[in-house]
Amino acid sequence: MVSLYIHIPFCKKACHYCDFHFSTSLKHKDDMLAAIKKEIILRKDELGESLSSVYFGGGTPSLLSRNEISSLLSTVKDTFDLEHDIELTLEANPDDLTQEKVDELAQVGINRLSIGVQTTDDESLRQLNRAHDLATADAAIRRVRAAGFDNISLDLMFALPHQELSSVARDLDRFLHWQPEHISCYGLTIEKGTAFGNWYQKGMLEVPEEELAAQQFLYIMDRLAEADYEGYEISNFARAGYRSRHNSGYWRGVHYLGVGPSAHSYDGKSRSFNIANNTRYIRGIASGEPLREKEELSTIDQLNEYILLSLRRIEGLDLRELERRFGWRLNAYQKQRLSSWTADGLVKWNDELVYLTKAGRLVADSLIGELFVEEMPED
Amino acid sequence: MKNIRNFCIIAHIDHGKSTLADRMLQVTATVSDRDMEAQLLDNMDLERERGITIKSHAIQMDYNYKGSPYILNLIDTPGHVDFSYEVSRSIAACEGALLIVDASQGIEAQTISNLYLAMEHDLEIIPVLNKIDLPGARPEEVKDEMVDLLGCNREDIIHASGKEGTGVPDILEAIVERISPPKGSEEEPLQAMIFDSVYNPFRGVEVIFRVFDGVINKGDKVKFVNTGKTYDADEIGILKLNQVPQKNIGAGNVGYLISGIKEAKEVKVGDTITHVNRPCTKTVTGFENVKPMVFAGIYPVDTTEYEELRTSMEKLQLNDASLVWEPETSAALGFGFRCGFLGMLHMEIVQERLEREFDMTVVTTVPSVQFRAFLTDDTMVTINAPSDMPDPSKIKYMEEPFIRAQIITKSDYIGPVISLCMEKRGEIKNQVFLTEVRVELTFEIPLAEIVFDFFDKLKTISKGYASLDYELIGYKESNLSKLDILLNAEKVDALSAIVHRDKAYEWGKKLCEKLKELIPRHMFEVPIQAAIGNKVIARETVRAMRKNVLAKCYGGDISRKRKLLEKQKKGKKRMRQVGNVEIPQEAFMAVLKMD
Repeated sequence: MVSLYIHIPFCKKACHYCDFHFSTSLKHKDDMLAAIKKEIILRKDELGESLSSVYFGGGTPSLLSRNEISSLLSTVKDTFDLEHDIELTLEANPDDLTQEKVDELAQVGINRLSIGVQTTDDESLRQLNRAHDLATADAAIRRVRAAGFDNISLDLMFALPHQELSSVARDLDRFLHWQPEHISCYGLTIEKGTAFGNWYQKGMLEVPEEELAAQQFLYIMDRLAEADYEGYEISNFARAGYRSRHNSGYWRGVHYLGVGPSAHSYDGKSRSFNIANNTRYIRGIASGEPLREKEELSTIDQLNEYILLSLRRIEGLDLRELERRFGWRLNAYQKQRLSSWTADGLVKWNDELVYLTKAGRLVADSLIGELFVEEMPED
Repeated sequence: MKNIRNFCIIAHIDHGKSTLADRMLQVTATVSDRDMEAQLLDNMDLERERGITIKSHAIQMDYNYKGSPYILNLIDTPGHVDFSYEVSRSIAACEGALLIVDASQGIEAQTISNLYLAMEHDLEIIPVLNKIDLPGARPEEVKDEMVDLLGCNREDIIHASGKEGTGVPDILEAIVERISPPKGSEEEPLQAMIFDSVYNPFRGVEVIFRVFDGVINKGDKVKFVNTGKTYDADEIGILKLNQVPQKNIGAGNVGYLISGIKEAKEVKVGDTITHVNRPCTKTVTGFENVKPMVFAGIYPVDTTEYEELRTSMEKLQLNDASLVWEPETSAALGFGFRCGFLGMLHMEIVQERLEREFDMTVVTTVPSVQFRAFLTDDTMVTINAPSDMPDPSKIKYMEEPFIRAQIITKSDYIGPVISLCMEKRGEIKNQVFLTEVRVELTFEIPLAEIVFDFFDKLKTISKGYASLDYELIGYKESNLSKLDILLNAEKVDALSAIVHRDKAYEWGKKLCEKLKELIPRHMFEVPIQAAIGNKVIARETVRAMRKNVLAKCYGGDISRKRKLLEKQKKGKKRMRQVGNVEIPQEAFMAVLKMD
């Protein structure tokens, strides 16, 4: 069971908060798609098993035409074995989801759509520099449903500039009304090098204080739980049977291949990063020498990633697995931390399992970092 | 002996002493151009970087004056108030002094106090107006100041530029012509004074001395009078750029002695060297045991490095005899050392040398002075650390050390300088106009008030036009109390301080505010309190962490996030834990950054 990520590094316009790799110039689109196809073929042998998921991310994959998507998919099919029930996800912006586009996506075999709704407040959408409004999103979701898509995920953002709790509540009313199978929920993170980053640095952008952001996240967790969405990962919620197979793979240590500029790959022992520059990526692939950096993961790195990813998941950290895979038993410091957090209601902990409570999820980064292992005894 | 001249240089920091000395070494061919490097005499990296002299140095030059060979011994002196005792000993080894004054800056307090010291020792003063090439030079005005101060003739002042080498030959001639040759007799019993020592890891301590009477020969049995120790003079010699061994060093000359002394603290600057067999009847006057003025705790950042720190401190002490220390334990910081320093600069230097030369990362606690507590049972306790403070109910009264401070500034800044000194509990004692625009103010101030940031503040309010010199004048009764800091209701011993009652509230408030910035948020609320005894006088709160989670965590985010959390964990490892509160290292030095 392995998966494939395809990064489509183009957008119609730049969202003010986004720090993913993309370009708003479509000039090199054809060369880019050719290069991505070539990379898929070049790296054929890096995945030894059949694919259980393919994910088109970006950027904005929904601005590709039917032919472009199907051509990419045929390269994938020609190169790898596909499991019969493969998950084929494509990220889409509501404004791209015209009737024609929706029909095309259904025809080429995309069976899961991840739609970047973000919020239902038109003023906020403008501020984020999104290309859609509430009406566009609503129409798009109706079309998608009508075309038979029965596995959709909606992105929801909170902690937006000037956002009150009441505004988050309205977002949830509308999101739940659409009855998506899956919701990915992100607090706005101010990233360097984005428009928001620059404004924030100059003091021109006000974001909700930590306390309000915490309340918003708690509210979202409660509302989604009431509506039978399982928070199976800190920022991901799904109806029964609709977890994202692709993203779950990342969190469970499944091997994956990422193609396209800035895409990452993971083979269990190392992670590699394609260059995040369109022209240099294309040139590198053309010359047969892809520009890629590689990071070898030491046992400690792997152990810490395991702690990190497990604790973000609803299943929590399996202590027996920790010992079986890494030979690691909780040390005195970790136990002391866990007891104190148990008393504070941040974690639940027994001999076999550690998992975060709702309060613990809010401060997951602080807790996880403290459980990291710095040294392992040599055997 | 009539062809020997011993002289030192008196100058303020940055007035160009070291550069001018470099030029003299070049002109007399003591150093070849090939070996020349800037600030040759300042051979510690720290000295070169900071542009200051920390230790005394001596170097001998050969100079031909009107056909006769002369020996010129230059004794370079430290330029900071922390080292004024060393300066006084160097002055005592000379018959003359160059007074170097920057033509744009004018005379500074440090210069005056050293000048007075030189005049007390009857040194012949050769005034030199330096940096005359600089655009900001105001030679006539500064010469007025010099004439006023020295009572010398205007034409006696030599114009020089160390940078361009101007005036250097004139200075060399003046040294021969104006400074008297050493007095003394080679027939008398040996009497020599130690004015410096240098630690050499291979050869032990090298003692630098000036012979007043008699002759010291290689192999002589000698005695250091004040320590009472005797040694064999295994090697003696003169100091050129390198050491040049000699068979003997006679009255009037300067030289070095090596006799396998292992520790710098055996050698006391100011001590008298004489022969064991034929000792001199009188010792050189002015000897003092140097006493530390400022105390602070030094702790290893990594608690497991205590032994390593001890070894490093021992090595450091080999060539810094003025550093004293004893083991100290702190609940917050673990095992460390209570150290005594000559002053704040000395403390900084020790800390920097530990880090550079021994690769130790250390935390320094709140610097303090030595207080005295007089108890109800009529005994007296000296207090070098807040933890030494006796139970307040047993204290009859307390005393703290006071200094007399001389500040020279422009008359424009008299107001702000006086306010600053008053704010620091100072009392003005005198005010003298040196010229129409330069004034010398004398204050009595508690030493504790100037150890922190006094000098920086003085520089700021006077836009750099103020200089400071001070001397200890003794102890006075003072209303002092111990101020404790509590984090989440636990006392943090390393943050305690002894402060004057009138300053306690302000101190507590500022320290709490600063700590609030420095203490990271915990999963719970952390109250910060300042208290005297059981009475809380200030309070701040570090709010509990409510949200810390970066939402997205896909493919590439995983590495990024792992690294971020690793870094967070590393930062935490360097923190100290008191109760359940984690305290970063910087918090222990917060006091120095309060404003």
